[in-house]
Amino acid sequence: MAKRIEGKNLNIYYGKFLAVSNVNFTIAPNSVTAFIGPSGCGKSTVLRTLNRMHEVIAGASVQGKVLLDGDDIYESGIDPVAVRRTIGMVFQRPNPFPTMSIYDNVAAGLKLQSGRIRKSELDAVVEKSLRSANLWGEVQDRLNKPGAGLSGGQQQRLCIARAIAVAPDVLLMDEPCSALDPISTMAIEDLIRVLKKDYTIVIVTHNMQQAARISERTAFFNLAGVGQPGELVEMDDTQTIFTNPTDKRTEDYISGAFG
Amino acid sequence: MTATLTRSARPTVFARPSGARKFKNGLATTLVTAAFLVALVPLVWLLWTVISKGFHVIMSSSWWTESQHNQTQKTPGGGALHAIVGTLEQVALCSVISVPIAILVGIYLVEYARGPFARVTTFMVDILTGIPSIVAALFIYALFVSTFHHLRSGWLVSMALVILMVPVIVRTTEEMLKLVPNELREASYALGVPKWKTIAKIVLPTAFTGLVTGVILGVARVAGETAPLLILVGYAQGMNANLFGTKFQGSLPGMINDEFTNLNTATGGSAYHLDPNGKRVAGGAINYAPDRMWGAALTLIAIVLLLNVIARFVARFNKVSQ
Repeated sequence: MAKRIEGKNLNIYYGKFLAVSNVNFTIAPNSVTAFIGPSGCGKSTVLRTLNRMHEVIAGASVQGKVLLDGDDIYESGIDPVAVRRTIGMVFQRPNPFPTMSIYDNVAAGLKLQSGRIRKSELDAVVEKSLRSANLWGEVQDRLNKPGAGLSGGQQQRLCIARAIAVAPDVLLMDEPCSALDPISTMAIEDLIRVLKKDYTIVIVTHNMQQAARISERTAFFNLAGVGQPGELVEMDDTQTIFTNPTDKRTEDYISGAFG
Repeated sequence: MTATLTRSARPTVFARPSGARKFKNGLATTLVTAAFLVALVPLVWLLWTVISKGFHVIMSSSWWTESQHNQTQKTPGGGALHAIVGTLEQVALCSVISVPIAILVGIYLVEYARGPFARVTTFMVDILTGIPSIVAALFIYALFVSTFHHLRSGWLVSMALVILMVPVIVRTTEEMLKLVPNELREASYALGVPKWKTIAKIVLPTAFTGLVTGVILGVARVAGETAPLLILVGYAQGMNANLFGTKFQGSLPGMINDEFTNLNTATGGSAYHLDPNGKRVAGGAINYAPDRMWGAALTLIAIVLLLNVIARFVARFNKVSQ
């Protein structure tokens, strides 16, 4: 089930350094939301706070709330491992597990989360996930070959299949196409349009056309200067952001005046 | 934009590399190649020496089936079984203790340790790496023999070897785990896999080949150590397979050392000189010590090599078939 995400007064730190200050937003279920902005503005950092991946980095910490259908994932006593099972993530560079076959890559989440699962059940999940990731046709006859032997675009779709195999409610994507060629990018974008039926998707992208093509809502992040914290400048319907933004900085960024 | 327009026209033909650059390139290439050859020469020479002097010895069947019981340097025959058994037992016990400890310490240092305690641990491991084997042997002697009045025994050798083996494996484990890309750990965390399972199922398998290399390096480091043997168990010519007994125990380094002392000394008490390369003694008598010495040396190298091959095989077996 896709879920609503709300960020409330988020202040995100690396050690003592305030990287992103006072971010507030609401992301509707079954929608695609794009985070755009210049490098270093904190959009990936914000994305990583949404499934508690930020705190994996030594010294990193978060203040504020992230509500998933009203439940704060940062409430004390909440297990970050459980949060990540609900909120999946796809990374910038395709990162299939090198020691595992295509099949095992997709099955990894389920196998490592819960141990024993019936083979027939696992087979079904692997096929369904690979079909959802639009990769089944290309790999069905070589499921026991290493995942690292696929092309970059295929590897990224394998990573998406791996992420959705554990049935999350939300899918976070951190520049999922930046290492891919245009054809593979198109395949991933088509996939995102299909996936939003079942998931809430948040995608960080440097490609503004991509944001315009696939997202319903767009959030523009910026930072005042070097050493200053990043901030959420505005968030609106993608149409509005790209045609009639409220903030001058958004307009400057969209029109290519900087960044 | 203007820079492109005002850039002066380039010559249409590309310039050839200057003489100075060619010279430097040639010089660097020569130096690197020469260094490689210089490093290779002693290695090949050593292997050739050991093989040429030891090969015919280890090819006799009695070498692998008999001990040196009741043999002197003047009697032919006998073998190194007692030494092979002793070395394998000592190294095996040492490895069984060292490998789990060292790999867990390596995992701790890379995956868990933060702050001053981690730095102190790394520093201590560095110091341990430099401990001479005889110091490790003396420490074990002081602890078990002097303090606890235990009699000298094969397993005490294993204990001294543990001190030498652990830091070697810790260091390689650390290096190998650091080579595992963080992206893989993050990918696993993002799937909702707990940290310990990420380490056990993602990080360790990815680094497996490197970890095996570390273990082999550790084994190779300790298999030839002689000082702990001399101090903690001594050398017996006969078979003693009891690692926990209190009698002398044979071992390959011990055998090399023993035969070496037999090169120059006759058992009858009259000393005479003998070239380690030759068998003939001035009086026409035969000395079998050099053969046995080189045979034991070759056997030691062969055992380490064999372990290496097995480890490579295991490492390959572990991988997904391409």
